Amino acid sequence: MPQFYGTDMRSRLLLGTARYPSPAILAEAVRRSRTDIVTVSLRRETAGGRQGGAFFELIRELGVRVLPNTAGCHSVSEAVLTAKMAREVFATDWIKLEVIGHHDTLQPDVFGLVEAARILTGEGFEVFPYTTDDLVVAERLLAAGCQVLMPWCAPIGSAMGPQNLAALRAMRAEFPDVPLIVDAGIGRPSHAATVMELGYDAVLLNTAVAGADDPAAMAEAFAAAIEAGHMAHGAGMLEPRDMAVPSTPVIGKAVFS
Amino acid sequence: MRKGFSERKCPMKFTINGEEHELPATTVADLLLLLEYEGEWLATAVNGELVHGADRARHRLSESDRIEILSPMQGG
Repeated sequence: MPQFYGTDMRSRLLLGTARYPSPAILAEAVRRSRTDIVTVSLRRETAGGRQGGAFFELIRELGVRVLPNTAGCHSVSEAVLTAKMAREVFATDWIKLEVIGHHDTLQPDVFGLVEAARILTGEGFEVFPYTTDDLVVAERLLAAGCQVLMPWCAPIGSAMGPQNLAALRAMRAEFPDVPLIVDAGIGRPSHAATVMELGYDAVLLNTAVAGADDPAAMAEAFAAAIEAGHMAHGAGMLEPRDMAVPSTPVIGKAVFS
Repeated sequence: MRKGFSERKCPMKFTINGEEHELPATTVADLLLLLEYEGEWLATAVNGELVHGADRARHRLSESDRIEILSPMQGG
Protein backbone atom coordinates (compact mmCIF):
# COMPACT_ATOMS: atom_id res chain seq x y z
CA MET A 1 0.00 0.00 0.00
CA PRO A 2 1.21 3.54 -0.64
CA GLN A 3 2.82 5.76 1.92
CA PHE A 4 2.10 9.48 1.92
CA TYR A 5 4.46 11.62 3.99
CA GLY A 6 5.45 8.62 6.06
CA THR A 7 1.89 7.45 6.73
CA ASP A 8 0.89 3.97 5.54
CA MET A 9 -2.44 3.86 3.73
CA ARG A 10 -4.96 1.03 3.68
CA SER A 11 -6.47 2.01 0.34
CA ARG A 12 -5.46 3.40 -3.03
CA LEU A 13 -8.63 5.44 -3.33
CA LEU A 14 -9.03 8.96 -1.97
CA LEU A 15 -12.64 10.08 -1.96
CA GLY A 16 -14.08 13.58 -2.12
CA THR A 17 -17.07 14.44 0.07
CA ALA A 18 -18.90 16.97 -2.14
CA ARG A 19 -22.15 16.74 -4.06
CA TYR A 20 -23.64 13.61 -2.51
CA PRO A 21 -27.43 13.41 -2.37
CA SER A 22 -27.36 13.17 1.43
CA PRO A 23 -24.94 12.81 4.36
CA ALA A 24 -26.12 9.21 4.82
CA ILE A 25 -25.26 8.34 1.22
CA LEU A 26 -21.88 10.02 1.60
CA ALA A 27 -21.20 7.93 4.71
CA GLU A 28 -22.23 4.72 2.95
CA ALA A 29 -20.08 5.55 -0.08
CA VAL A 30 -17.05 6.15 2.16
CA ARG A 31 -17.61 2.84 3.94
CA ARG A 32 -18.03 0.81 0.75
CA SER A 33 -15.06 2.51 -0.93
CA ARG A 34 -12.90 1.28 1.99
CA THR A 35 -10.94 4.52 1.64
CA ASP A 36 -9.05 5.90 4.59
CA ILE A 37 -8.66 9.42 3.21
CA VAL A 38 -11.45 11.83 2.37
CA THR A 39 -11.05 15.34 1.03
CA VAL A 40 -12.84 18.19 2.75
CA SER A 41 -13.03 21.94 2.38
CA LEU A 42 -13.63 25.15 4.28
CA ARG A 43 -16.32 27.67 3.47
CA ARG A 44 -17.85 30.75 5.01
CA GLU A 45 -20.09 29.70 7.87
CA THR A 46 -23.54 31.28 7.83
CA ALA A 47 -25.33 29.35 10.54
CA GLY A 48 -23.35 30.28 13.63
CA GLY A 49 -21.20 27.17 13.33
CA ARG A 50 -24.02 24.63 13.17
CA GLN A 51 -23.68 23.84 9.48
CA GLY A 52 -19.95 23.13 9.67
CA GLY A 53 -20.40 21.38 12.98
CA ALA A 54 -22.81 18.83 11.54
CA PHE A 55 -20.41 18.00 8.71
CA PHE A 56 -17.45 17.90 11.09
CA GLU A 57 -19.26 15.34 13.26
CA LEU A 58 -20.12 13.20 10.24
CA ILE A 59 -16.48 13.10 9.16
CA ARG A 60 -15.32 12.27 12.68
CA GLU A 61 -17.74 9.37 12.85
CA LEU A 62 -16.37 7.94 9.61
CA GLY A 63 -13.02 7.43 11.32
CA VAL A 64 -10.98 8.37 8.26
CA ARG A 65 -8.09 10.74 7.77
CA VAL A 66 -8.97 14.11 6.22
CA LEU A 67 -7.15 15.85 3.40
CA PRO A 68 -8.37 19.46 3.46
CA ASN A 69 -8.26 21.30 0.16
CA THR A 70 -7.85 24.88 -0.98
CA ALA A 71 -10.50 24.46 -3.68
CA GLY A 72 -11.58 27.60 -5.44
CA CYS A 73 -8.48 29.60 -4.51
CA HIS A 74 -7.18 31.63 -7.42
CA SER A 75 -4.19 33.29 -5.79
CA VAL A 76 -1.18 32.24 -3.74
CA SER A 77 -2.21 34.35 -0.75
CA GLU A 78 -5.75 32.93 -0.75
CA ALA A 79 -4.46 29.37 -0.95
CA VAL A 80 -1.88 29.89 1.79
CA LEU A 81 -4.39 31.48 4.16
CA THR A 82 -6.98 28.78 3.43
CA ALA A 83 -4.38 26.10 4.14
CA LYS A 84 -3.54 27.72 7.48
CA MET A 85 -7.22 27.97 8.41
CA ALA A 86 -7.73 24.33 7.40
CA ARG A 87 -4.84 23.24 9.62
CA GLU A 88 -6.46 25.13 12.48
CA VAL A 89 -9.78 23.35 11.99
CA PHE A 90 -8.76 19.83 11.00
CA ALA A 91 -5.55 19.57 13.05
CA THR A 92 -3.56 18.07 10.18
CA ASP A 93 -0.49 19.26 8.30
CA TRP A 94 -1.85 17.67 5.13
CA ILE A 95 -3.21 20.02 2.47
CA LYS A 96 -4.48 19.37 -1.02
CA LEU A 97 -3.15 22.49 -2.65
CA GLU A 98 -5.22 23.96 -5.46
CA VAL A 99 -4.38 27.27 -7.08
CA ILE A 100 -6.83 27.57 -9.93
CA GLY A 101 -5.62 29.42 -13.00
CA HIS A 102 -8.41 29.12 -15.53
CA HIS A 103 -12.14 29.58 -14.98
CA ASP A 104 -13.40 27.18 -17.64
CA THR A 105 -10.97 24.30 -17.35
CA LEU A 106 -10.10 24.77 -13.66
CA GLN A 107 -6.54 24.16 -14.80
CA PRO A 108 -4.00 24.79 -12.04
CA ASP A 109 -2.02 28.02 -12.12
CA VAL A 110 1.23 26.10 -11.96
CA PHE A 111 3.35 29.18 -11.25
CA GLY A 112 1.24 30.11 -8.25
CA LEU A 113 1.07 26.46 -7.24
CA VAL A 114 4.85 26.14 -6.99
CA GLU A 115 5.10 29.39 -5.04
CA ALA A 116 2.32 28.42 -2.62
CA ALA A 117 3.85 24.94 -2.21
CA ARG A 118 7.20 26.47 -1.26
CA ILE A 119 5.60 28.77 1.31
CA LEU A 120 3.51 25.99 2.84
CA THR A 121 6.23 23.34 3.02
CA GLY A 122 8.35 26.01 4.72
CA GLU A 123 5.63 26.28 7.37
CA GLY A 124 5.54 22.56 7.99
CA PHE A 125 2.69 21.61 5.70
CA GLU A 126 2.69 18.29 3.88
CA VAL A 127 1.48 19.39 0.48
CA PHE A 128 -0.51 17.31 -2.02
CA PRO A 129 -0.38 19.57 -5.09
CA TYR A 130 -3.14 19.36 -7.69
CA THR A 131 -1.05 19.89 -10.81
CA THR A 132 -0.94 19.29 -14.53
CA ASP A 133 0.95 16.41 -16.13
CA ASP A 134 3.90 18.71 -16.94
CA LEU A 135 7.25 17.21 -15.92
CA VAL A 136 9.00 20.54 -15.43
CA VAL A 137 6.30 21.73 -13.05
CA ALA A 138 6.55 18.39 -11.26
CA GLU A 139 10.30 18.92 -10.81
CA ARG A 140 9.69 22.39 -9.38
CA LEU A 141 7.06 21.08 -6.97
CA LEU A 142 9.45 18.43 -5.69
CA ALA A 143 12.17 21.07 -5.34
CA ALA A 144 9.65 23.16 -3.37
CA GLY A 145 9.36 20.35 -0.85
CA CYS A 146 6.37 18.33 -2.09
CA GLN A 147 6.77 14.58 -1.55
CA VAL A 148 3.57 13.61 -3.38
CA LEU A 149 2.27 14.76 -6.79
CA MET A 150 -1.33 14.80 -7.96
CA PRO A 151 -1.53 15.28 -11.72
CA TRP A 152 -4.91 15.79 -13.33
CA CYS A 153 -6.01 13.43 -16.08
CA ALA A 154 -8.80 15.71 -17.35
CA PRO A 155 -10.58 18.83 -16.10
CA ILE A 156 -12.21 18.58 -12.64
CA GLY A 157 -15.68 17.07 -12.79
CA SER A 158 -15.51 16.47 -16.54
CA ALA A 159 -15.59 12.64 -16.33
CA MET A 160 -13.58 12.60 -19.55
CA GLY A 161 -11.00 10.15 -18.25
CA PRO A 162 -7.28 10.22 -19.04
CA GLN A 163 -6.67 12.63 -21.92
CA ASN A 164 -2.92 12.23 -22.20
CA LEU A 165 -1.77 8.75 -21.34
CA ALA A 166 1.68 9.40 -22.77
CA ALA A 167 2.19 12.29 -20.36
CA LEU A 168 0.99 10.26 -17.38
CA ARG A 169 3.24 7.38 -18.42
CA ALA A 170 6.20 9.76 -18.73
CA MET A 171 5.55 11.17 -15.28
CA ARG A 172 5.49 7.70 -13.76
CA ALA A 173 8.76 6.84 -15.51
CA GLU A 174 10.41 10.11 -14.53
CA PHE A 175 9.56 9.85 -10.83
CA PRO A 176 9.58 6.15 -9.98
CA ASP A 177 9.90 6.74 -6.24
CA VAL A 178 7.46 9.63 -5.76
CA PRO A 179 3.91 8.71 -4.69
CA LEU A 180 1.70 9.76 -7.62
CA ILE A 181 -2.05 10.20 -7.32
CA VAL A 182 -4.21 10.89 -10.34
CA ASP A 183 -6.60 13.64 -9.33
CA ALA A 184 -9.50 15.04 -11.33
CA GLY A 185 -11.26 14.01 -14.49
CA ILE A 186 -11.93 10.33 -13.76
CA GLY A 187 -15.45 9.41 -14.87
CA ARG A 188 -15.75 5.67 -14.63
CA PRO A 189 -14.01 2.69 -13.04
CA SER A 190 -12.29 1.74 -16.31
CA HIS A 191 -10.57 5.17 -16.30
CA ALA A 192 -9.29 4.49 -12.79
CA ALA A 193 -8.11 1.01 -13.77
CA THR A 194 -6.30 2.50 -16.79
CA VAL A 195 -4.25 4.96 -14.77
CA MET A 196 -3.52 2.34 -12.13
CA GLU A 197 -2.26 0.03 -14.89
CA LEU A 198 0.31 2.75 -15.65
CA GLY A 199 1.68 2.23 -12.16
CA TYR A 200 0.09 5.14 -10.33
CA ASP A 201 -0.13 4.77 -6.57
CA ALA A 202 -3.67 6.00 -6.05
CA VAL A 203 -6.64 7.84 -7.51
CA LEU A 204 -8.59 10.77 -6.07
CA LEU A 205 -12.26 10.87 -7.05
CA ASN A 206 -15.36 12.77 -6.19
CA THR A 207 -17.96 13.59 -8.82
CA ALA A 208 -17.83 10.19 -10.53
CA VAL A 209 -19.02 8.60 -7.29
CA ALA A 210 -21.21 11.39 -5.88
CA GLY A 211 -22.99 11.91 -9.19
CA ALA A 212 -23.73 8.23 -9.85
CA ASP A 213 -27.28 6.92 -9.52
CA ASP A 214 -26.08 4.73 -6.66
CA PRO A 215 -22.99 6.43 -5.19
CA ALA A 216 -22.25 3.70 -2.65
CA ALA A 217 -22.25 0.96 -5.29
CA MET A 218 -20.12 3.12 -7.55
CA ALA A 219 -17.64 3.71 -4.72
CA GLU A 220 -17.26 -0.05 -4.37
CA ALA A 221 -16.90 -0.47 -8.13
CA PHE A 222 -14.10 2.11 -8.17
CA ALA A 223 -12.34 0.40 -5.28
CA ALA A 224 -12.40 -2.88 -7.20
CA ALA A 225 -11.21 -1.27 -10.44
CA ILE A 226 -8.35 0.51 -8.68
CA GLU A 227 -7.18 -2.71 -7.07
CA ALA A 228 -7.50 -4.56 -10.39
CA GLY A 229 -5.45 -1.93 -12.20
CA HIS A 230 -2.82 -1.99 -9.48
CA MET A 231 -2.58 -5.79 -9.55
CA ALA A 232 -2.36 -5.79 -13.33
CA HIS A 233 0.51 -3.32 -13.24
CA GLY A 234 2.34 -5.51 -10.77
CA ALA A 235 1.68 -8.62 -12.83
CA GLY A 236 3.21 -7.15 -15.99
CA MET A 237 1.01 -6.71 -19.03
CA LEU A 238 1.51 -7.67 -22.66
CA GLU A 239 2.42 -4.90 -25.04
CA PRO A 240 0.05 -4.54 -28.00
CA ARG A 241 1.31 -5.69 -31.40
CA ASP A 242 0.11 -5.22 -34.96
CA MET A 243 -0.24 -8.84 -36.07
CA ALA A 244 -2.19 -11.79 -34.72
CA VAL A 245 -0.47 -14.45 -32.63
CA PRO A 246 -2.33 -17.77 -32.27
CA SER A 247 -2.98 -18.51 -28.63
CA THR A 248 -3.53 -22.23 -29.27
CA PRO A 249 -0.39 -24.16 -30.17
CA VAL A 250 -0.15 -24.97 -33.90
CA ILE A 251 2.01 -28.05 -33.35
CA GLY A 252 -0.04 -31.25 -33.23
CA LYS A 253 -3.00 -29.83 -35.05
CA ALA A 254 -4.97 -32.52 -36.97
CA VAL A 255 -4.98 -32.31 -40.74
CA PHE A 256 -8.40 -33.21 -42.18
CA SER A 257 -7.89 -32.55 -45.84
CA MET B 1 -24.73 42.89 28.17
CA ARG B 2 -23.82 39.33 27.25
CA LYS B 3 -21.51 37.54 29.63
CA GLY B 4 -17.94 37.14 28.49
CA PHE B 5 -17.30 40.52 26.88
CA SER B 6 -13.92 42.03 27.57
CA GLU B 7 -15.26 45.56 27.39
CA ARG B 8 -18.03 47.52 25.77
CA LYS B 9 -17.25 49.95 22.99
CA CYS B 10 -19.09 51.98 20.45
CA PRO B 11 -20.10 49.88 17.48
CA MET B 12 -17.54 49.62 14.69
CA LYS B 13 -18.00 48.71 11.07
CA PHE B 14 -16.63 45.34 9.99
CA THR B 15 -16.85 43.23 6.87
CA ILE B 16 -17.70 39.73 8.06
CA ASN B 17 -17.70 36.98 5.45
CA GLY B 18 -18.16 39.61 2.79
CA GLU B 19 -21.05 41.42 4.47
CA GLU B 20 -21.08 44.77 6.25
CA HIS B 21 -21.86 44.69 9.98
CA GLU B 22 -21.84 47.31 12.71
CA LEU B 23 -21.11 45.73 16.07
CA PRO B 24 -19.73 46.72 19.50
CA ALA B 25 -17.02 44.05 19.44
CA THR B 26 -13.52 44.67 20.75
CA THR B 27 -11.92 41.32 20.00
CA VAL B 28 -12.46 38.39 17.64
CA ALA B 29 -13.82 36.38 20.56
CA ASP B 30 -16.36 39.16 21.29
CA LEU B 31 -17.41 39.14 17.69
CA LEU B 32 -18.07 35.40 17.68
CA LEU B 33 -20.11 35.73 20.87
CA LEU B 34 -22.14 38.62 19.49
CA LEU B 35 -22.86 36.75 16.29
CA GLU B 36 -23.59 33.57 18.27
CA TYR B 37 -20.94 31.55 16.49
CA GLU B 38 -19.92 28.47 18.41
CA GLY B 39 -17.79 25.40 17.79
CA GLU B 40 -14.21 24.22 17.97
CA TRP B 41 -14.31 23.68 14.20
CA LEU B 42 -14.42 27.39 13.30
CA ALA B 43 -11.43 29.13 11.74
CA THR B 44 -11.00 32.89 11.84
CA ALA B 45 -8.91 35.36 9.89
CA VAL B 46 -8.65 39.13 10.11
CA ASN B 47 -7.44 41.17 7.13
CA GLY B 48 -6.04 38.07 5.45
CA GLU B 49 -4.15 36.76 8.50
CA LEU B 50 -5.10 33.67 10.47
CA VAL B 51 -6.20 34.31 14.05
CA HIS B 52 -5.71 31.11 16.05
CA GLY B 53 -8.50 29.97 18.33
CA ALA B 54 -6.27 30.59 21.33
CA ASP B 55 -5.60 34.19 20.23
CA ARG B 56 -9.18 35.30 19.59
CA ALA B 57 -9.73 36.81 23.05
CA ARG B 58 -6.70 39.09 22.74
CA HIS B 59 -6.86 39.93 19.05
CA ARG B 60 -8.24 43.47 19.09
CA LEU B 61 -10.35 44.62 16.20
CA SER B 62 -10.14 47.95 14.38
CA GLU B 63 -12.63 49.89 12.34
CA SER B 64 -13.12 48.42 8.82
CA ASP B 65 -11.44 45.11 9.62
CA ARG B 66 -12.25 42.28 7.23
CA ILE B 67 -13.11 39.12 9.12
CA GLU B 68 -13.55 35.65 7.72
CA ILE B 69 -15.25 32.90 9.71
CA LEU B 70 -14.92 29.52 8.02
CA SER B 71 -16.06 26.05 8.93
CA PRO B 72 -15.74 22.51 7.51
CA MET B 73 -17.64 21.81 4.34
CA GLN B 74 -17.88 19.09 1.73
CA GLY B 75 -15.00 19.15 -0.71
CA GLY B 76 -13.35 17.26 -3.50
